Amino acid sequence: MTSMAAKTAGATWRQLDWRSWTDGWMLGTIAVALAVMVPVIAVITLAFNPSDDIWQHLASTVLPLYIGTTLQLMVGVGIGTFVIGVGSAWLVTMCRFPGRRVFEWALLLPMAVPAYVIAYVYTDILEYAGPLQKGLREVFDWTNKRQYWFPEIRSLGGAISMMTLVLYPYVYMLSRAAFLEQSVCVLEASRVLGRGPWRSFFSVALPLARPAIIVGVSLVLMETLNDFGTVDFFAVNTFTLGIFDVWLNMNNVAGAAQLASLLLFFVVALILLERFSRRKQRFHHTTSKYKALPGYRLDGTLGVLSFTACFIPVLLGFLVPSGVLAAYAVTHFEDAANPAVLAHAANSVMLSSLAAVLAVAVAIFMAYGVRIKGGNVLKAVTRLASMGYAVPGSVLAVGVIVSLASLDNAIDGFFREMFGISTGLLFSGTIAAVTFGYLVRFLALSFGTVEASLNKVTPNMEGAARSMGHGPFSTMRRIHVPLIKSSVLTAAILVFVDCMKELPMTVILRPFNFQTLATFVHQYASDEQLGEASLAALAIVGTGILPVLFLSMAIAHSRPGHGAQGKKP
Amino acid sequence: MMKGLHVHGVSHAFDGHTVLDNVSLTIPAGELVCLLGPSGSGKSTLLRIAAGLERLQQGRVIIDERVVAGSGTHVPPEDRGVGLMFQDYALFPHLTVLDNVTFGLSHQPRRQARKWAIEMLKQVGMDGHAGKHPHMLSGGQQQRVALARALAPEPQLVLLDEPFSGLDKGMRAKIREDTLSVLKQSGIATMMVTHDPEEAMFMADRIKVLSHDGRILQAGRPADIYYQPVDEYVATLFGHMNLIKGVVSEGAVDSPMGRIAVNGIDEGQAVKVFIRPEGFVLANGVDGGAGTPVEVISTRLLGHSSIVRLQVREGKDIGAEFQVRVPGSFDVAKKGRLSARIDGHHVFVYPEE
Repeated sequence: MTSMAAKTAGATWRQLDWRSWTDGWMLGTIAVALAVMVPVIAVITLAFNPSDDIWQHLASTVLPLYIGTTLQLMVGVGIGTFVIGVGSAWLVTMCRFPGRRVFEWALLLPMAVPAYVIAYVYTDILEYAGPLQKGLREVFDWTNKRQYWFPEIRSLGGAISMMTLVLYPYVYMLSRAAFLEQSVCVLEASRVLGRGPWRSFFSVALPLARPAIIVGVSLVLMETLNDFGTVDFFAVNTFTLGIFDVWLNMNNVAGAAQLASLLLFFVVALILLERFSRRKQRFHHTTSKYKALPGYRLDGTLGVLSFTACFIPVLLGFLVPSGVLAAYAVTHFEDAANPAVLAHAANSVMLSSLAAVLAVAVAIFMAYGVRIKGGNVLKAVTRLASMGYAVPGSVLAVGVIVSLASLDNAIDGFFREMFGISTGLLFSGTIAAVTFGYLVRFLALSFGTVEASLNKVTPNMEGAARSMGHGPFSTMRRIHVPLIKSSVLTAAILVFVDCMKELPMTVILRPFNFQTLATFVHQYASDEQLGEASLAALAIVGTGILPVLFLSMAIAHSRPGHGAQGKKP
Repeated sequence: MMKGLHVHGVSHAFDGHTVLDNVSLTIPAGELVCLLGPSGSGKSTLLRIAAGLERLQQGRVIIDERVVAGSGTHVPPEDRGVGLMFQDYALFPHLTVLDNVTFGLSHQPRRQARKWAIEMLKQVGMDGHAGKHPHMLSGGQQQRVALARALAPEPQLVLLDEPFSGLDKGMRAKIREDTLSVLKQSGIATMMVTHDPEEAMFMADRIKVLSHDGRILQAGRPADIYYQPVDEYVATLFGHMNLIKGVVSEGAVDSPMGRIAVNGIDEGQAVKVFIRPEGFVLANGVDGGAGTPVEVISTRLLGHSSIVRLQVREGKDIGAEFQVRVPGSFDVAKKGRLSARIDGHHVFVYPEE
């Protein structure tokens, strides 16, 4: 009897302990999520409580220009990426033509090239002093600019082309996945009902893939809003450039915050669009029958046309820029391979690794919080915390600066009052500030990946492990860790690569005189010294290829019955 | 007290919606009890409460003379020594079949655990697949591995949650038989949850029928549930019934097939009379006046039995239809004129509410 009483007491103690422990976890999750939201909240607060009201001034001067340019840029990039992305996805998914298997993954390659890098490369080729115009002048004996017409690369149209070339893979990837998921039966039904392949595409396949395509295009537009390097170099007056201008040149933080919060309206619209489309995606599978894809054979002229249509985006988006950079790296090797570049690379790797580890740790912590406690509040909070990916880097940078400044001031004030010493600015302009900025922006990447893989561990697996004598920690070690390990690694690599490429936040938040590969390339290339920056730019592109490899592997296995993990009937 | 599972007065609600209402049951060692009820009736919840995966709200759960849940106690699932088999099997995808089975044997030396696990796999006929991963197995094979995994730690109590619902109908009968024989050999207490009455009849020593709001409507041996259902719901669990409405007069109800005696219901009370399709006796000719003359409208051969639709040919109830089940095939041409009467074992009368 005594032993039973002891057992009972032990169990009670453990139960209480477990419960309060999970409560603590929930509070921790909410605290972390709120911390991640602080920069955005700071921007909005500052915008609506300005010390000097410049709304009027903004509205009467630069605002219409910013809005107009930004909208034109979005429309242009949206249409461009839609046409290239959907068209190439349909060709490689449904048709058979020479080179199709290579294009399946090669079409993703331009993703590895940041928009600012491709902009520097094409400016170098296409500007008045560049090799192309020089060559034309020599061939046709022109002597000055007035004798011929040549498109100006440093223009809105140029910016649209550059961004389209490197951003269309988002649309390609998502619409290809949607086409793969579609049951071929619906297409066959359409054919039997008397519609040809083209009409079937427009009346069945495209509408079915629409939600996925919209998600792809909205991701593209978020990246468009985020871009700073290209619009800065081309002097295209978008919102992002406006924020930098108002802040750095006019020295007006409140004005920058006001512009930033206006930009958030665009972002919110895009997020709503994306969420709405994702929700609709769920209703898609009307039949579960998957058959071999039709594989329309395209020979002769059609085959050549299809090949060309797929080759041009890869050529212009990846082969040309990386080829040019490689050529420069060879011819300017002495200039490009100096020790300073190595130091910048070390900085990049250090910052990106720090952010990747942190983002993954926070993601695991939050995903477990949601899993253990559940509840709508927790879910909503974590959703909001992972909105950072949609907020342009310039906006986040303003938010991080503003919120860290108030934190520094508060700490300084506290120490001065209590101990009579000034701590000065502890966080502002430090590596911690940059890392925090990265964390806020890229947490969504790691959280999404970790949460998705954690969801694959069904609650019944936990139940089974528990009922077989394994406690919560043993269950975590023996069931959860092995099952989510590879996803955690993927998440870390995704965050790492995006941090390596990140420009706008790094430019604003970095410590004085601190260079990463991205800021170095930006500085030198916009100074027309692409040769010196070529190796650094190649390094960025090379890192960017990593996730492309992952994605192309994932995309090949995404179709039921075609993957290696397929369940045997 | 004795070995096995005791559940005392367990009630449970989700967001104010009651799924278990004062449920009590006892399962001694060696006995298999089925919880039979519609989906959403809380039968799986009771199973999860017994396993410790769901926190008890009210009542008491005792396993092998030890209070595991109730009056402030909550023994965590890993300390309950319960074998649990899930509807989706929940096999660990990253472990081989053998490692899945040894998962619950971590207190044993590795070699001994492996030896025992192979023994368990042999029992369910899966020892040839020990090195495979779960996704390489068919549904039936996964089910066997899940059973071996649940039984390997030699639990005092096994809980089965819809263990056969994921299987093809063809395989189900065979696997059901095999599972039953493995469970009977092990001689432990088993609680099984199902919504399939036939499965409950086949597997159970005793059945507890749950209502949609989580009350136990009836408890008893399979034959009790089948031949003495306490109400309309339990009676109709086993499929379509012929329904006649009437009023009790002089201790009986009028039906197209003669008067049906009624016990224990007041005179003048409106009643529903249910007759199972197998509750008819058909005879050639007029059957010495005991049967009602009927004619056949249609027959459908189902294999082991046939469903015959009959119509009353004369009398005041002319045109009334019945559905009758007869063994084997049914040849109308050979039968000629038919008469039908009711077999009292398959007739149930309940007051109309």
